[in-house]
Amino acid sequence: MSNHTDSNPVLISADEIKPASPELETVRKKLASATGKRYWRTVQELADEPAFGELLQREFPRGAGEWLDPVSRRNFLKLAGASMALAGLAGCTRQPIEQILPYVRQPEYLVPGKPIFFATAMPFSDYALPLLVETHEYRPTKVEGNPQHGASMGATDLFAQASILDLYDPDRSVNITYKGEPRPWGEFLGSIRGRVLYHNANKGAGLRFLTRATASPTFGSQMAAIQQTFPQSKWHRWQPVHRDGARAGSKMAFGAYYDPIYKFDAADVVVSLDGDFLSGSWFPGFVRYARDFMSRRKDPDKGMNRLYVAETCPTTTGAKADHKIPVRNSELEHIARALAAKVGVAGAGGGQINADQQKWVDAAAADLMQHKGKSIVVPGVFHTPALCALAHAMNAALGNAGQTVTYIDPVEIAPVEHLQSIRELVDDINAGKVETLIIIDGNPVYDVPVDLGFGDALKKVVTSENGMIVQLAIYNNETSEYATWHVPMAHYLESWGDTRSFDGAVTLMQPMIAPLYGGKSANEIIAIFTDQPDSSGYDMLRAYWRSQHTGDDFEAWWRRSLHDGYIANSVFPAKQVTARLGAVPPPPAVDPNAIEIIFRPDPTIFDGAYNNNGWLQETPKPLSRGTWDNVAYISPNMANEFGFFVLETDGIATSDSQKNVNADHQSDSQNVIEITLDGRKVKVPAWPQPGHPDQAVSLFLGYGRKKTGTVGAGAGYDAYSVRPMTSQYVGSGSIQLTKDHWDIAITQGHFTMDTREPVKAASLQQYLDNKQFAHNPEEEPKEADSLYPDFRQKGWYKANAWGMAIDLNSCVGCQACSVACYAENNISVVGKYQVQRGREMMWIRIDTYYAGDPANPSVYFQPLPCMQCENAPCEGVCPVGATVHSTEGLNDMVYNRCVGTRYCSNNCPYKVRRFNFLLFADYTTPVLKLMRNPDVTVRSRGVMEKCTYCIQRITAARINAEEQNRYTEGRIDIRDGEIKTACQQACPADAIIFGDINDPNSRVAQLKAQPRNYSVLSEVNTRPRTTYLAAVNNPNPELEKA
Amino acid sequence: MPQLFHRSANTLARASILGVVLLLTGVAAALFQLQRSPYVTRQHEVLDQPIPFSHKHHVSGLGLDCRYCHTSVEESSFAGIPPTKTCMNCHAEMWTSAPLLDPLRASFRTGQSIHWNRVHDLPDYVYFNHSIHIAKGVGCYSCHGPVDQMPLMYEENSLQMEWCLNCHREPEKFLRPKEEVFNMTYHQPTPAHPVEWDGKQYYSQVLLGDDLKQQYHVRTVADITSCSTCHR
Repeated sequence: MSNHTDSNPVLISADEIKPASPELETVRKKLASATGKRYWRTVQELADEPAFGELLQREFPRGAGEWLDPVSRRNFLKLAGASMALAGLAGCTRQPIEQILPYVRQPEYLVPGKPIFFATAMPFSDYALPLLVETHEYRPTKVEGNPQHGASMGATDLFAQASILDLYDPDRSVNITYKGEPRPWGEFLGSIRGRVLYHNANKGAGLRFLTRATASPTFGSQMAAIQQTFPQSKWHRWQPVHRDGARAGSKMAFGAYYDPIYKFDAADVVVSLDGDFLSGSWFPGFVRYARDFMSRRKDPDKGMNRLYVAETCPTTTGAKADHKIPVRNSELEHIARALAAKVGVAGAGGGQINADQQKWVDAAAADLMQHKGKSIVVPGVFHTPALCALAHAMNAALGNAGQTVTYIDPVEIAPVEHLQSIRELVDDINAGKVETLIIIDGNPVYDVPVDLGFGDALKKVVTSENGMIVQLAIYNNETSEYATWHVPMAHYLESWGDTRSFDGAVTLMQPMIAPLYGGKSANEIIAIFTDQPDSSGYDMLRAYWRSQHTGDDFEAWWRRSLHDGYIANSVFPAKQVTARLGAVPPPPAVDPNAIEIIFRPDPTIFDGAYNNNGWLQETPKPLSRGTWDNVAYISPNMANEFGFFVLETDGIATSDSQKNVNADHQSDSQNVIEITLDGRKVKVPAWPQPGHPDQAVSLFLGYGRKKTGTVGAGAGYDAYSVRPMTSQYVGSGSIQLTKDHWDIAITQGHFTMDTREPVKAASLQQYLDNKQFAHNPEEEPKEADSLYPDFRQKGWYKANAWGMAIDLNSCVGCQACSVACYAENNISVVGKYQVQRGREMMWIRIDTYYAGDPANPSVYFQPLPCMQCENAPCEGVCPVGATVHSTEGLNDMVYNRCVGTRYCSNNCPYKVRRFNFLLFADYTTPVLKLMRNPDVTVRSRGVMEKCTYCIQRITAARINAEEQNRYTEGRIDIRDGEIKTACQQACPADAIIFGDINDPNSRVAQLKAQPRNYSVLSEVNTRPRTTYLAAVNNPNPELEKA
Repeated sequence: MPQLFHRSANTLARASILGVVLLLTGVAAALFQLQRSPYVTRQHEVLDQPIPFSHKHHVSGLGLDCRYCHTSVEESSFAGIPPTKTCMNCHAEMWTSAPLLDPLRASFRTGQSIHWNRVHDLPDYVYFNHSIHIAKGVGCYSCHGPVDQMPLMYEENSLQMEWCLNCHREPEKFLRPKEEVFNMTYHQPTPAHPVEWDGKQYYSQVLLGDDLKQQYHVRTVADITSCSTCHR
């Protein structure tokens, strides 16, 4: 069966396709001999393996078009025959009669069929992202950033985009349970009130609260009240991705906890010491910082900022760096010291660094010294206190403090160092001091340091005579089985509340929908312990703010704040603080032979909280492009030493094709290594990641869950199982190659385009010398050299002509656009097995390209939606006219006409079309119906689908403009920026610009007029409406010379 | 050996080929017609409703405007089915004990919606928008027929795509002045009954339609017959 191929012009036999094992040396030689710049996605591609050639020629990766399930062809034909007969019958029946259920009393502001937007905020880690949520008849369907709020500027991250799916997740906890048995709320309340009386008597001795970090002022005031009533109770905090090092570093430098606020738009030079501010929301302020930082790289003619990155684990921040060095974790502090000494920090002491690092430090230091007050040193949030303190001291010495870096009080209420806090709790439990433990949110049994034995400790509480554990959680998780009472928690889109954004501004949360599964908010549970046990979440919130805003104008002020989603002028003022570097502990010794085990939050699953989210599971991790699993990054060198230089084996048959259909398609088989840390072991799939430092392995948290929903079950390995207290983010251990293999679903090799230079890049100097560097007039065909119909002659494109420009310089590869597209366009999740076969449905993929030596390559991200070609190869080959040109220049996709010949995707040079090989859309789960965007068809099996520039948004804006009678010069006057595609709206870096190219003043038209603007595959003359602005980086000429 | 078949069998055989072709064509034609027939489209079919609401009584009898109940027709894709409260505005005072209105009062009392059967039901992959049609001068009558004469609601037109395209291909044949959109008794201009609009007398629909198309910025036929106008 595997011999059957679909319309593949270059056939090679399965024997020729061997697991890729290009020796690193061959690769290096090839790179050295290559003329000009060479981009690669996989090392296999570098080695020109035959399999890669096949991948190029294929419409979908190997196996996507084949029937793989263990059903014989005979059975299949039987089924097909039967279904055809049924389909024939079904065609003759009439549409069933549908019903309309109008409101009994229609809410005042509701217009059926029109979305309403409400402001709220999504708590993440210890701060929040301000949002606007689109609701249809009060069903939240899409999350956008709050454009009025400085922490969002209208953009979001992928977690916020995916939170819609979390809200409706049918796997959420639905019952209040007592020792696993469902119980009514009243019984729970009675039981807890008994506890409250008991603890009233003993002043709260034995009463403990464990929550995640929170920035909610109302929650804070409740906890303060509890402290008054129960003076002996304690409030502990734990979240696994904590920033204890940064906290302690602040104390070391300033004597108190402060949060740094960076002004990247004001910085000419940024030096990041593993500070991955362009990667994700675990770096507070990521969304705003990406916008600010990239605002200085949009127009090379106006000069650019420069980014130096030293990183211990490849991140997207490193990918955007002008100068990046991969360093081992223990070396980083030495680098920081060397840099600090150079920029004039007294008492830093020189670090011991090697020649390459010295060069980097020298250049960075010189640049910093030249840009005093206009530079930033960003420390990583997962590092030692000393590193953070050194960075604060450098910013002070460079005069950046107060200019590009300011300090504010922490947004976390009553900030603590989390490791210390959880350790105290476990010590108290072990000492028998804890009787009642209230666990709000979080999943400590799973994610507390393994050597604390949290599960055993909880068992001690539960089995003790008077012990009770109450858990409030969204899911039934690992912790639930230890809880006496489990209460379903309300999602943030279901609850009233307040929180703060990273800059301290108070953002208010309002529910979009009543709790779907009867959940309770943290405020409501905590209220049971206060003197107002029955007040609602809204009452508590309002009462708190009534006490804070005492003016007569409260009502107006309150309504205004709720409407805006934040309280005006509540940003924390900058503190006048001076970093004083006292006694910095000596740097850790660098043992060149030790293997460093690095722990990092997973880029899409975070700490495990989003483990059951299908959109996030299927979103490729920005660098490895893996889905549905976590891998362990090792360096290509290390992989070479292990003798398994299998960087990327996608599309490769690992066994004889006749042997087993499934084995033939086990395309992503990776070697398994065993990690040993402090005597604990975990087996992980090793992934040689270009740019990873040697003698180190990076593990990602959040997978290997023992108790989660149906989506996350069985995915990945559990990095927490080897993460002890002493090695929260780095430890020293050993690794050993095993004989096992692990099938992962890596998308990096999928949808490869046949082009030499998909991305174009140059240095700033090269750009200034030749602004047309992205163009090669010899290769670019003329518009007339085409046999395609010229729609202009028919008078099309005259009114509005939509186009898109994507700035490769700005894209940080964060994937917010991809997830936003899932939410906006009802895209289906297909699962790991299907992704391995190349059947993922993601409409806008982000291709990652590397250039240069695999040890430290340059990295480029290229978001790739449908190009909306003017000469569209897909249109001509459709036998049923299901994909046709619109008068505005889009390639319309008519789902109801599609019969699934797949000719179009076969003919698409960009490979942006996605086919529903099976019924991927969930038509049956009732709750998911509420989630769908009602303006977009839910596609069924056998239908091709693709991006259409969010045609539903275009139509809505056009109708709106026409009804307001807005016309200019024969065009409908849709204001520039009035239509934002979902990807554009979500993008934190403002990298995607959509608009009317007929309007010369539109942003998109102006970007397309720039010399950097180029079309991918321009040589095939498809005339795509989506074009790219070539990347220009800004390397230090001093370093370039060397 | 004697011949088994008479000579005429040759003719019969030839004729039967033609017969099969005709039969297949006939079956195909019949299926096509079936697919367009009121049986499938439910055109002119009166559906049972929980309350036998009479548009005739409320519109031509009492003179209610369409928009009194279908409030969102000018601003949304969905015209809106009135909430129970709208009915109760009057029926809290009149016909308060009529058994016909029991379901209405029950709905108001219990807070449960009335389950109306949908008369005008487009397939889910069609994204029809009421408001833009109103804004361009398409009368309610043009699609819904003489609603003011319907004691019980039925579908006047097939609502099939070819029927939509009739107008999208030649909008000038159907447009009317915006102020006449909700007028159920409006008639297209004829030499005998001219229509006055914008200070001019029109004696033919084509002339009026062309002017309205200009004035109302109706997009070109190519624009409004692009697939994405209705499908996405």
